[in-house]
Amino acid sequence: MEDKLIIGGIEFKSRLWVGTGKYKDFEETANALEASGTDVVTVAVRRVNIVDRNSPNLLDYVDPKKYKILPNTAGCYNVEDALRYARLAREAGISDLVKLEVIGDEKTLFPDVCGLLEATEILAKEGFIVLPYTSDDPITARRLVDAGAAAVMPLGAPIGSGLGLRNPYNIKIILETIDLPIIVDAGVGTASDATRAMELGCDAVLINTGIAGAEFPLMMAEAMKYGVLAGRYAYKAGRIPKKLYATASSPIEGML
Amino acid sequence: MAIKIILNGEAYSLKTAMTLEELLDNLNINKEGVAVEVNLKIIKKANYSKYTVNDGDSVEIVNFVGGG
Repeated sequence: MEDKLIIGGIEFKSRLWVGTGKYKDFEETANALEASGTDVVTVAVRRVNIVDRNSPNLLDYVDPKKYKILPNTAGCYNVEDALRYARLAREAGISDLVKLEVIGDEKTLFPDVCGLLEATEILAKEGFIVLPYTSDDPITARRLVDAGAAAVMPLGAPIGSGLGLRNPYNIKIILETIDLPIIVDAGVGTASDATRAMELGCDAVLINTGIAGAEFPLMMAEAMKYGVLAGRYAYKAGRIPKKLYATASSPIEGML
Repeated sequence: MAIKIILNGEAYSLKTAMTLEELLDNLNINKEGVAVEVNLKIIKKANYSKYTVNDGDSVEIVNFVGGG
Protein backbone atom coordinates (compact mmCIF):
# COMPACT_ATOMS: atom_id res chain seq x y z
CA MET A 1 0.00 0.00 0.00
CA GLU A 2 1.57 3.26 -1.15
CA ASP A 3 1.32 5.65 1.75
CA LYS A 4 3.96 8.32 1.54
CA LEU A 5 4.68 10.97 4.09
CA ILE A 6 6.40 13.99 2.59
CA ILE A 7 7.49 17.01 4.61
CA GLY A 8 9.44 19.89 3.13
CA GLY A 9 10.13 17.80 0.05
CA ILE A 10 11.64 14.98 2.10
CA GLU A 11 10.02 11.56 1.92
CA PHE A 12 9.70 9.62 5.17
CA LYS A 13 9.15 5.89 4.92
CA SER A 14 8.27 5.33 8.55
CA ARG A 15 5.42 6.91 10.46
CA LEU A 16 7.13 6.04 13.69
CA TRP A 17 9.82 8.54 14.52
CA VAL A 18 12.17 7.70 17.34
CA GLY A 19 14.19 9.79 19.77
CA THR A 20 17.73 8.76 20.66
CA GLY A 21 17.90 9.97 24.26
CA LYS A 22 17.92 7.99 27.50
CA TYR A 23 19.16 4.63 26.21
CA LYS A 24 21.62 2.59 28.27
CA ASP A 25 24.29 3.02 25.61
CA PHE A 26 24.66 3.68 21.89
CA GLU A 27 24.45 -0.01 21.10
CA GLU A 28 21.02 -0.22 22.69
CA THR A 29 20.06 2.95 20.82
CA ALA A 30 21.07 1.39 17.50
CA ASN A 31 19.28 -1.87 18.25
CA ALA A 32 16.09 -0.11 19.32
CA LEU A 33 16.08 1.99 16.15
CA GLU A 34 16.51 -1.15 14.09
CA ALA A 35 13.68 -2.91 15.93
CA SER A 36 11.37 0.08 15.49
CA GLY A 37 11.80 0.10 11.72
CA THR A 38 12.09 3.88 11.75
CA ASP A 39 13.97 5.98 9.24
CA VAL A 40 13.97 9.26 11.14
CA VAL A 41 15.56 9.94 14.50
CA THR A 42 15.78 13.00 16.69
CA VAL A 43 19.04 14.17 18.22
CA ALA A 44 20.11 17.00 20.48
CA VAL A 45 22.95 19.50 19.98
CA ARG A 46 25.49 19.63 22.80
CA ARG A 47 29.11 20.51 23.44
CA VAL A 48 31.72 18.04 22.21
CA ASN A 49 33.49 16.30 25.05
CA ILE A 50 36.90 17.96 24.86
CA VAL A 51 38.38 16.15 27.84
CA ASP A 52 37.58 12.58 26.90
CA ARG A 53 38.19 12.34 23.17
CA ASN A 54 37.72 8.59 23.19
CA SER A 55 34.09 8.82 24.22
CA PRO A 56 31.89 7.27 21.52
CA ASN A 57 29.98 9.40 19.05
CA LEU A 58 26.25 8.93 18.45
CA LEU A 59 26.63 9.14 14.69
CA ASP A 60 29.03 6.18 14.74
CA TYR A 61 26.02 4.13 15.81
CA VAL A 62 23.24 5.98 14.01
CA ASP A 63 24.22 6.15 10.37
CA PRO A 64 22.96 9.37 8.71
CA LYS A 65 22.85 7.46 5.42
CA LYS A 66 20.29 5.12 6.92
CA TYR A 67 18.38 7.51 9.15
CA LYS A 68 17.19 11.04 8.55
CA ILE A 69 18.63 13.11 11.37
CA LEU A 70 16.16 15.51 12.94
CA PRO A 71 17.98 17.81 15.37
CA ASN A 72 15.97 19.35 18.18
CA THR A 73 16.38 22.52 20.19
CA ALA A 74 15.58 20.78 23.47
CA GLY A 75 16.58 22.66 26.57
CA CYS A 76 16.02 26.07 24.99
CA TYR A 77 13.84 28.38 27.06
CA ASN A 78 13.87 31.43 24.83
CA VAL A 79 13.78 32.34 21.14
CA GLU A 80 17.42 33.41 20.99
CA ASP A 81 18.73 30.09 22.31
CA ALA A 82 16.41 28.09 20.06
CA LEU A 83 17.64 29.99 17.00
CA ARG A 84 21.24 29.48 18.06
CA TYR A 85 20.83 25.73 18.49
CA ALA A 86 18.89 25.37 15.25
CA ARG A 87 21.58 27.19 13.27
CA LEU A 88 24.35 25.13 14.89
CA ALA A 89 22.41 21.96 14.10
CA ARG A 90 22.11 22.92 10.46
CA GLU A 91 25.83 23.61 10.28
CA ALA A 92 26.68 20.31 11.99
CA GLY A 93 24.19 18.28 9.99
CA ILE A 94 23.22 17.72 6.46
CA SER A 95 19.70 19.06 6.16
CA ASP A 96 17.47 21.98 6.95
CA LEU A 97 15.23 19.93 9.23
CA VAL A 98 14.74 21.12 12.78
CA LYS A 99 12.40 19.97 15.51
CA LEU A 100 11.88 23.33 17.10
CA GLU A 101 11.36 23.49 20.84
CA VAL A 102 10.98 26.66 22.86
CA ILE A 103 10.23 25.38 26.33
CA GLY A 104 8.19 27.46 28.73
CA ASP A 105 8.56 25.70 32.03
CA GLU A 106 10.89 23.12 33.58
CA LYS A 107 8.26 21.17 35.45
CA THR A 108 5.86 20.59 32.57
CA LEU A 109 8.24 21.15 29.64
CA PHE A 110 5.23 22.65 27.91
CA PRO A 111 6.08 24.83 24.93
CA ASP A 112 6.22 28.60 25.19
CA VAL A 113 3.95 29.04 22.19
CA CYS A 114 4.61 32.77 21.80
CA GLY A 115 8.34 32.15 21.56
CA LEU A 116 7.70 29.14 19.35
CA LEU A 117 5.72 31.19 16.83
CA GLU A 118 8.42 33.85 16.70
CA ALA A 119 11.24 31.32 16.25
CA THR A 120 9.26 29.37 13.63
CA GLU A 121 8.78 32.47 11.53
CA ILE A 122 12.46 33.45 11.69
CA LEU A 123 13.80 29.97 10.91
CA ALA A 124 11.30 29.32 8.12
CA LYS A 125 12.49 32.55 6.47
CA GLU A 126 16.07 31.27 6.77
CA GLY A 127 15.12 28.19 4.79
CA PHE A 128 14.73 25.74 7.64
CA ILE A 129 12.16 22.97 7.43
CA VAL A 130 10.61 23.79 10.77
CA LEU A 131 8.74 21.13 12.74
CA PRO A 132 7.57 22.90 15.88
CA TYR A 133 6.84 20.98 19.06
CA THR A 134 3.69 22.65 20.29
CA SER A 135 0.79 22.32 22.68
CA ASP A 136 -2.45 20.63 21.61
CA ASP A 137 -4.09 23.99 20.98
CA PRO A 138 -5.66 24.16 17.49
CA ILE A 139 -5.35 27.94 17.25
CA THR A 140 -1.62 27.84 17.95
CA ALA A 141 -1.31 25.09 15.35
CA ARG A 142 -2.96 27.37 12.81
CA ARG A 143 -0.69 30.26 13.73
CA LEU A 144 2.33 27.96 13.27
CA VAL A 145 1.16 27.18 9.76
CA ASP A 146 0.95 30.91 9.05
CA ALA A 147 4.45 31.31 10.51
CA GLY A 148 5.85 28.88 7.97
CA ALA A 149 5.98 25.52 9.76
CA ALA A 150 6.41 22.49 7.50
CA ALA A 151 4.49 20.22 9.87
CA VAL A 152 2.96 20.60 13.31
CA MET A 153 3.96 18.45 16.27
CA PRO A 154 1.39 18.73 19.03
CA LEU A 155 2.11 16.99 22.31
CA GLY A 156 -0.07 14.10 23.40
CA ALA A 157 0.95 14.69 27.02
CA PRO A 158 4.00 16.14 28.80
CA ILE A 159 7.39 14.90 27.55
CA GLY A 160 8.34 11.63 29.21
CA SER A 161 5.00 11.36 31.05
CA GLY A 162 3.64 8.33 29.18
CA LEU A 163 0.10 9.62 29.71
CA GLY A 164 -0.97 9.02 26.13
CA LEU A 165 -3.27 11.43 24.31
CA ARG A 166 -4.71 13.62 27.06
CA ASN A 167 -6.85 15.58 24.66
CA PRO A 168 -7.69 13.51 21.58
CA TYR A 169 -10.50 15.91 20.69
CA ASN A 170 -8.10 18.82 20.32
CA ILE A 171 -5.81 16.65 18.20
CA LYS A 172 -8.85 15.80 16.07
CA ILE A 173 -9.64 19.49 15.62
CA ILE A 174 -6.03 20.17 14.66
CA LEU A 175 -6.23 17.36 12.11
CA GLU A 176 -9.44 18.79 10.65
CA THR A 177 -8.25 22.37 10.45
CA ILE A 178 -4.61 22.02 9.39
CA ASP A 179 -3.51 20.87 5.96
CA LEU A 180 0.06 20.10 6.97
CA PRO A 181 1.29 16.78 8.38
CA ILE A 182 0.52 16.37 12.08
CA ILE A 183 2.95 14.40 14.19
CA VAL A 184 2.11 13.62 17.79
CA ASP A 185 5.21 14.32 19.80
CA ALA A 186 5.53 13.41 23.48
CA GLY A 187 3.37 11.46 25.87
CA VAL A 188 3.10 8.16 24.03
CA GLY A 189 3.57 5.55 26.75
CA THR A 190 2.63 2.30 25.10
CA ALA A 191 1.67 0.84 21.74
CA SER A 192 -2.06 1.54 22.09
CA ASP A 193 -1.29 5.25 22.61
CA ALA A 194 0.53 5.27 19.29
CA THR A 195 -2.33 3.36 17.67
CA ARG A 196 -4.87 5.84 19.03
CA ALA A 197 -2.94 8.78 17.60
CA MET A 198 -2.69 7.12 14.21
CA GLU A 199 -6.36 6.04 14.23
CA LEU A 200 -7.30 9.68 14.67
CA GLY A 201 -5.49 10.39 11.42
CA CYS A 202 -2.16 11.73 12.63
CA ASP A 203 0.59 11.40 10.06
CA ALA A 204 3.23 10.07 12.42
CA VAL A 205 4.19 9.81 16.07
CA LEU A 206 7.52 10.63 17.69
CA ILE A 207 8.50 8.50 20.65
CA ASN A 208 11.55 8.54 22.87
CA THR A 209 10.93 7.79 26.54
CA GLY A 210 8.08 5.39 25.72
CA ILE A 211 10.67 3.13 24.10
CA ALA A 212 13.92 4.00 25.87
CA GLY A 213 12.29 3.90 29.30
CA ALA A 214 10.52 0.56 28.86
CA GLU A 215 11.82 -2.43 30.78
CA PHE A 216 12.76 -4.03 27.46
CA PRO A 217 13.31 -1.17 25.00
CA LEU A 218 13.88 -3.36 21.94
CA MET A 219 10.62 -5.21 22.45
CA MET A 220 8.78 -1.94 23.02
CA ALA A 221 10.35 -0.49 19.89
CA GLU A 222 8.83 -3.34 17.92
CA ALA A 223 5.51 -3.00 19.74
CA MET A 224 5.43 0.69 18.79
CA LYS A 225 6.17 -0.19 15.18
CA TYR A 226 3.12 -2.44 15.03
CA GLY A 227 1.05 -0.01 17.08
CA VAL A 228 1.69 2.73 14.56
CA LEU A 229 1.00 0.43 11.61
CA ALA A 230 -2.21 -0.87 13.18
CA GLY A 231 -3.45 2.65 13.80
CA ARG A 232 -2.53 3.85 10.34
CA TYR A 233 -4.19 0.92 8.60
CA ALA A 234 -7.29 1.23 10.76
CA TYR A 235 -7.51 4.92 9.90
CA LYS A 236 -7.14 4.26 6.19
CA ALA A 237 -9.56 1.31 6.35
CA GLY A 238 -12.35 3.46 7.82
CA ARG A 239 -13.78 2.12 11.02
CA ILE A 240 -17.44 1.19 11.50
CA PRO A 241 -19.73 3.68 13.17
CA LYS A 242 -20.36 3.12 16.87
CA LYS A 243 -23.88 1.96 17.68
CA LEU A 244 -25.58 1.40 21.00
CA TYR A 245 -27.30 -1.88 20.07
CA ALA A 246 -26.24 -5.12 18.45
CA THR A 247 -26.32 -5.96 14.75
CA ALA A 248 -26.13 -9.70 14.12
CA SER A 249 -23.13 -10.92 12.18
CA SER A 250 -24.78 -14.23 11.22
CA PRO A 251 -27.79 -14.36 8.86
CA ILE A 252 -31.31 -14.88 10.16
CA GLU A 253 -32.24 -16.73 6.93
CA GLY A 254 -31.88 -20.49 7.06
CA MET A 255 -32.39 -20.76 10.76
CA LEU A 256 -34.37 -23.78 12.00
CA MET B 1 53.05 33.54 23.26
CA ALA B 2 50.26 31.37 24.57
CA ILE B 3 46.78 32.19 23.40
CA LYS B 4 44.08 31.98 26.01
CA ILE B 5 40.60 31.13 24.85
CA ILE B 6 37.37 29.87 26.33
CA LEU B 7 36.70 26.47 24.78
CA ASN B 8 33.28 24.97 25.42
CA GLY B 9 32.94 27.12 28.50
CA GLU B 10 36.32 26.26 30.02
CA ALA B 11 39.59 28.21 30.02
CA TYR B 12 41.93 26.70 27.44
CA SER B 13 45.41 27.62 26.39
CA LEU B 14 46.96 27.24 22.93
CA LYS B 15 50.74 27.11 22.73
CA THR B 16 50.85 29.00 19.46
CA ALA B 17 48.50 30.82 17.16
CA MET B 18 46.48 28.42 15.04
CA THR B 19 43.49 28.19 12.76
CA LEU B 20 40.24 26.48 13.71
CA GLU B 21 41.19 23.64 11.40
CA GLU B 22 44.41 23.12 13.36
CA LEU B 23 42.60 23.40 16.67
CA LEU B 24 40.15 20.66 15.65
CA ASP B 25 43.03 18.50 14.42
CA ASN B 26 44.88 18.99 17.70
CA LEU B 27 41.78 18.01 19.61
CA ASN B 28 41.33 15.01 17.34
CA ILE B 29 37.84 16.15 16.35
CA ASN B 30 36.43 15.14 12.98
CA LYS B 31 34.88 18.22 11.45
CA GLU B 32 32.07 16.21 9.92
CA GLY B 33 29.16 16.20 12.33
CA VAL B 34 30.32 19.19 14.35
CA ALA B 35 29.54 22.88 14.26
CA VAL B 36 31.83 25.61 15.50
CA GLU B 37 30.86 28.98 16.87
CA VAL B 38 33.32 31.74 17.73
CA ASN B 39 32.03 34.60 19.86
CA LEU B 40 28.47 33.54 19.07
CA LYS B 41 29.06 33.55 15.33
CA ILE B 42 28.95 30.28 13.38
CA ILE B 43 32.05 29.59 11.30
CA LYS B 44 31.33 27.56 8.17
CA LYS B 45 33.38 24.41 7.66
CA ALA B 46 34.93 25.86 4.52
CA ASN B 47 36.37 28.69 6.60
CA TYR B 48 37.98 26.66 9.38
CA SER B 49 41.36 26.94 7.71
CA LYS B 50 40.92 30.69 7.22
CA TYR B 51 39.96 31.58 10.75
CA THR B 52 42.87 32.11 13.16
CA VAL B 53 41.87 31.79 16.79
CA ASN B 54 42.43 35.04 18.69
CA ASP B 55 43.33 35.57 22.30
CA GLY B 56 40.10 35.89 24.30
CA ASP B 57 37.93 34.12 21.73
CA SER B 58 35.05 32.08 23.05
CA VAL B 59 34.93 28.92 20.96
CA GLU B 60 32.08 26.42 21.07
CA ILE B 61 32.32 23.06 19.35
CA VAL B 62 29.09 21.10 19.31
CA ASN B 63 27.91 17.80 17.93
CA PHE B 64 24.84 15.60 18.04
CA VAL B 65 24.00 13.58 21.12
CA GLY B 66 21.04 11.41 22.00
CA GLY B 67 17.85 13.40 22.39
CA GLY B 68 14.09 13.30 21.89
